Amino acid sequence: MANKFIIFVEQRDGEIKKSSLEVLKKGGLLAVAMRADIEAVTIGNEISNLENTGRYGVSKITHLKNTELANYSVSAYTDLLVSFADESNANFFLFANTAMGKDLAPVLSVKLNSGIVVDCVELEETEGNLVATKPVYAGKALTIVKSNSEKNILTLRPNVFTIGEVSDAKAEVIVKDVEALNLSNKVISVSKAGGKLDVTEADIIVSGGRGLKAPENFGMIEELASLLGAANGASRAAVDAGWRPHSEQVGQTGKTVSPNLYIAVGISGAIQHLAGMQSSKYIVAINKDKDAPIFGVADYGIAGDAFEVIPALIEELKKN
Amino acid sequence: MKIVVCVNHVPDTATKVNISSDQKTIDKNGVTYVVNPYDEFAIEEALKTKEASDGEVVVLSLGPETNKETLRKALAMGADSAVLLKTDLALDSLSVAKALADEIKNQETELVFMGKQSVDYDSSIMGQLVATLLGYNIVSTATSFKLDGTKITAEREIEGGKETIETSLPAIVTAQKGLNEPRYASLKGIMTAKRKVIEEKEIQVTESIVDVLEMKKPKAKEAGKIVGEDASAVPELVRLLKEEAKVI
Ligand SMILES: Cc1cc2nc3c(=O)[nH]c(=O)nc-3n(C[C@H](O)[C@H](O)[C@H](O)COP(=O)(O)OP(=O)(O)OC[C@H]3O[C@@H](n4cnc5c(N)ncnc54)[C@H](O)[C@@H]3O)c2cc1C
Ligand SMILES: Nc1ncnc2c1ncn2[C@@H]1O[C@H](COP(=O)(O)O)[C@@H](O)[C@H]1O
Repeated sequence: MANKFIIFVEQRDGEIKKSSLEVLKKGGLLAVAMRADIEAVTIGNEISNLENTGRYGVSKITHLKNTELANYSVSAYTDLLVSFADESNANFFLFANTAMGKDLAPVLSVKLNSGIVVDCVELEETEGNLVATKPVYAGKALTIVKSNSEKNILTLRPNVFTIGEVSDAKAEVIVKDVEALNLSNKVISVSKAGGKLDVTEADIIVSGGRGLKAPENFGMIEELASLLGAANGASRAAVDAGWRPHSEQVGQTGKTVSPNLYIAVGISGAIQHLAGMQSSKYIVAINKDKDAPIFGVADYGIAGDAFEVIPALIEELKKN
Repeated sequence: MKIVVCVNHVPDTATKVNISSDQKTIDKNGVTYVVNPYDEFAIEEALKTKEASDGEVVVLSLGPETNKETLRKALAMGADSAVLLKTDLALDSLSVAKALADEIKNQETELVFMGKQSVDYDSSIMGQLVATLLGYNIVSTATSFKLDGTKITAEREIEGGKETIETSLPAIVTAQKGLNEPRYASLKGIMTAKRKVIEEKEIQVTESIVDVLEMKKPKAKEAGKIVGEDASAVPELVRLLKEEAKVI
């Protein structure tokens, strides 16, 4: 049987998520290597720029459309994906490992009787099948796994697979109006955290910890983040103290991030914190204790007082 | 109402991980095991729900004899009874899900709580798998939960915000941090838990469809450079980030 990939393209507010573009690109490369067919599917109401998915390596995207689908519904989305999968006869299904992808992919795996590997950080073809690398124990170990099923679902960790160069090809967009939705489970409202960038989606993160001493001192962390176009992160100590919201917590019981640049300020680098951020491409640590474990994973460090270093850093960046 | 909570027994998050000689699992020597942190939120939510209505809480764990430690902690927190689905095998998630689903069916419950993720394999899929096997509704990574008759309203975190979900029983809800503050076991709870019998059951093992070929340690990061010890190092740091790392 010829291999065929389906890429699930996620939209929120009618916009395609960047993490889905990463999946498209990776899927496109794998499909070429395996001489497999590939197509994309998205679910929603109005969605902008769908033809642009062609730039990342698919020639066709199907948009399953209904006004009721603007918001996520695990029940409706799964039913639609099951029929789509049945019609297209694909054997590899790729999702981004986002809140939606994490929710949807396992449900679909049971319905399609397929194997599932989540949170892949590497994906390679070997003898016509895919072999995935998945971090376990919060990244303290890696497993190399293979699904022995005819159908396979994989979710890819955001920010790990790079988009790189894109072509200027346009995808053919096929809009299918769908009806009779199963809305037994339905999102009735979405609230945004003040339009702030989420740590899992940011290229740069500036995080603060207990070393900042008080919530008001996060003002300089926020200023630094906004200068860099970064998201704000925090250690659990800062979250538990009530200084920062839990949505900012990075670590084993917070979020796993892998930005291009992670700046840790006043964070000691406990094993549970490192677990969530050590796969960042570059790490900068600012901590007044030169023996703090964070320096063990940092590419660059300043072993000094954050209350002097951060304002100086802000000044320096403003100069440029 | 009878509520089931699925709990897992996992290495403490402070554990240093070493790979065992089979190159597929971790070396269990010297590893301390604890209640999976997210499952404490699941237990707490089940106890709160029981206290608000009436009913009982059954805790369920699949794994070796040692998983009884976690079941006992759940009993000490206030769960009424415990079941161990005993196996020494390392099963894939779907096989675990099938066994849990069978027992949940057996328990005839309409509401199940789980953690959003086991901090061993970090899969975050069990609730979705079991719910789908049973044909139940699923709410994963819930940060709030409200039950009104058979109607469920819950919130879950998404990138840059949260969404509010409406669904109904029968359902599985997986707990994220923020859902509640897990209680401590009282001395009385601990004493009662000691006397309770943990029911043991055999499981039917299905064939794994996902295989671990190898487990290894990630490449250790090379220690980087300390650019300086005070604010005077800032211009050099900025230069490195621009010219060497090219990240700003
Ligand atoms: C089950 C479990 C799960 C956990 N999950 C997480 C998690 O997801 N994320 C997480 O972060 N933690 C987690 N932890 C907690 C973790 O073990 C640490 O307690 C926590 O990360 C410490 O936060 P911190 O680095 O901000 O504080 P501390 O460890 O107190 O470190 C503060 C640092 O600030 C430095 N400092 C002080 N003053 C200054 C100054 N003026 N300038 C510069 N530096 C200064 C100090 O030298 C110190 O290194 C978990 C723990 C457990 C048990
Ligand atoms: N062996 C197990 N026994 C009982 N519950 C489990 C087991 N494995 C996972 N779970 C439940 O499923 C949740 C998510 O686990 P996972 O999908 O493995 O990350 C956990 O928080 C537990 O509530």
